[in-house]
Amino acid sequence: MNKEKINKYSYWKANLKIVSILLSIWFISSFGAGIIFSDFLDKIKIGGFELGFWFAQQGSIIIFVLLIVIYCFLMNRLDKKFEVSEE
Amino acid sequence: MDVQLLTYIIVGAAFALYIAIALWSRASSTGEFYVAGGGVHPIANGMATAADWMSAASFISMAGIISFMGRDGSVYLMGWTGGYVLLALLLAPYLRKFGKFTVPDFIGDRYYSNIARLVAVICLIFISFTYIAGQMRGVGIVFSRFLEVDINTGVIIGMAIVFIYAVLGGMKGITYTQVAQYCVLIFAYMVPAIFISILMTGNPIPQLGFGSKLLTEDIYLLDKLNLVLNDIGFNSYTDFNKSKIDIFCITAALMVGTAGLPHVIVRFFTVPRVKDARTSAGWALLFIAILYLTAPAVSSFARLNFVNTIDNTAYTDTPKWFKNWEDIGLISWTDKNKDGIIQYRSGNALEKNKPQFTSERGQYNQRLVLNNLTSNPNEIYIDRDIMVLANPEIAKLPNWVIALVAAGALAAALSTAAGLLLVISSAVSHDLMKKTLKPSITEKQELLLARISAATAIIIAGIFGIYPPAFVAQVVAFAFGLAAASIFPAIVMGIFSKRMNQYGAIFGMLSGLTFTAIYIVFFKFISPELNTSEYWFLGISPEGIGVIGMIINFLVAIFISSITKPPPVEVYEIVDNIRMPEGDK
Repeated sequence: MNKEKINKYSYWKANLKIVSILLSIWFISSFGAGIIFSDFLDKIKIGGFELGFWFAQQGSIIIFVLLIVIYCFLMNRLDKKFEVSEE
Repeated sequence: MDVQLLTYIIVGAAFALYIAIALWSRASSTGEFYVAGGGVHPIANGMATAADWMSAASFISMAGIISFMGRDGSVYLMGWTGGYVLLALLLAPYLRKFGKFTVPDFIGDRYYSNIARLVAVICLIFISFTYIAGQMRGVGIVFSRFLEVDINTGVIIGMAIVFIYAVLGGMKGITYTQVAQYCVLIFAYMVPAIFISILMTGNPIPQLGFGSKLLTEDIYLLDKLNLVLNDIGFNSYTDFNKSKIDIFCITAALMVGTAGLPHVIVRFFTVPRVKDARTSAGWALLFIAILYLTAPAVSSFARLNFVNTIDNTAYTDTPKWFKNWEDIGLISWTDKNKDGIIQYRSGNALEKNKPQFTSERGQYNQRLVLNNLTSNPNEIYIDRDIMVLANPEIAKLPNWVIALVAAGALAAALSTAAGLLLVISSAVSHDLMKKTLKPSITEKQELLLARISAATAIIIAGIFGIYPPAFVAQVVAFAFGLAAASIFPAIVMGIFSKRMNQYGAIFGMLSGLTFTAIYIVFFKFISPELNTSEYWFLGISPEGIGVIGMIINFLVAIFISSITKPPPVEVYEIVDNIRMPEGDK
């Protein structure tokens, strides 16, 4: 493999790593906290909210927004590192 | 000023604004018509995506549905936001890099096949029309209640407005009108929510008020709501009623469906760079989250207010909004125990649930119904779609807030309708004509064709609005199942698997689509009496079956492509190219 190809390969691998980590958090915060483990989390109460209920109706959405923000930040950094950004 | 006049003024001003923007941003090329020339700022695109996304169902129906479903309503909250994470991480940047005009463009080129393109076009048109029917019905409800014209006239006025900016401006016109529409709709949603939160809990932030104590009593709002509902025979608001597997599947189907909806995906073709596509998805979700984080708060406020105002109240003492909605036919009261007082309990008050009104009035001047009565003590039928619209009146907010909500609901419905119409028109003029049937047409002819197909689509949408199938949110739920089972897997595999070939993609899409469609049609249309969990496959309702359709699509595609020959070298190059932000588009 030539240098450009190795570069492409490792950029894509790094990309996949970022995506899979972030998607795991995505899954845990919505399907995990909001549905699967909600009975357990409901035993914890914060203010008027049962925690599982709060994750299902508020928390997961807040985490989704943060995930995309983090994704943008990490990808921009990755683009710079591999010198593949569009500027 | 009275509500009527204020509504005319506020809605009129909003419409004038949309038309002015449309005239200012006319499209002059196919590039501008399909993707606004690819030069939209990421924040503007985020707002436009949010408006495009938040439909009549989100604005009008969602909080009402959650209000009655309680915790089960979380499926809509997580489902309709979580899809943006998939969109941002798995689709948007790559499709932007691909840099063509439409979703079938990608599928056609990546799978080097006009059949694949055609399958995508059919899925897309099917999804978009299912979805648009709900929007027009939303427009009709708002017009009939707040402007006191009949539903059909309302739909026609709505069509005329969309016609002006979609046909003239194409994506460019739509994008900038949607930015304005987002501002109108979010303002209209937040103002009553803040007011009501202050009135009930003293906290001006609805998301916090939702978890606070009531002003009138030393008890948390949600605890009070559970108590009140248990008292009159309902389950607790904060408990699940559906099975977990069903909740899981519906949420997943809505998420994946969101990411597979063509009118959402195409928004990411309109920004200048790959980087902007990522950022733009972030802005879009932020703008959407503002509404989606408020909705569940509104739902709980509305339910508590509704029970407090209506249950155990003499019909003659009910507020004006109750009778207004009764006149339109979205509320009914049947005095089962002949005491003149309303009893609101769990269960359907009427057989067949929906009231069939007679032209007569009863002894308290209530509308009478033909339906047989059920044996339970509940006397109230209420259409869930009215909760958001009636909320400001239920909470006795000033008239201008009520007018504002009408304008917001119209903005939500019209912006989504416009986005869908554009997708349909580009599928016909670009994918079907230019790319498949008649490649020889000039750009000018293609642009004219795009406008004609947009106009035709508007008329069909209007007919759906006048003769509406089922009710808003349920219709929309179909579109998601179908998008999840067909378009999403095809695109994801096109990006993340180089080996996926045309046979795999085509058979995958067809089998996912067929399975999902048959399942939904069977339970919703052919044998609705069997539509209960004991007959469902693995206990999954038709709303959640899209996930299984998606899994079938993936499995069939992977199997078929592994036994057929790999795609040609050019396709490997396309995939390599879209995976890197730099280089040729």
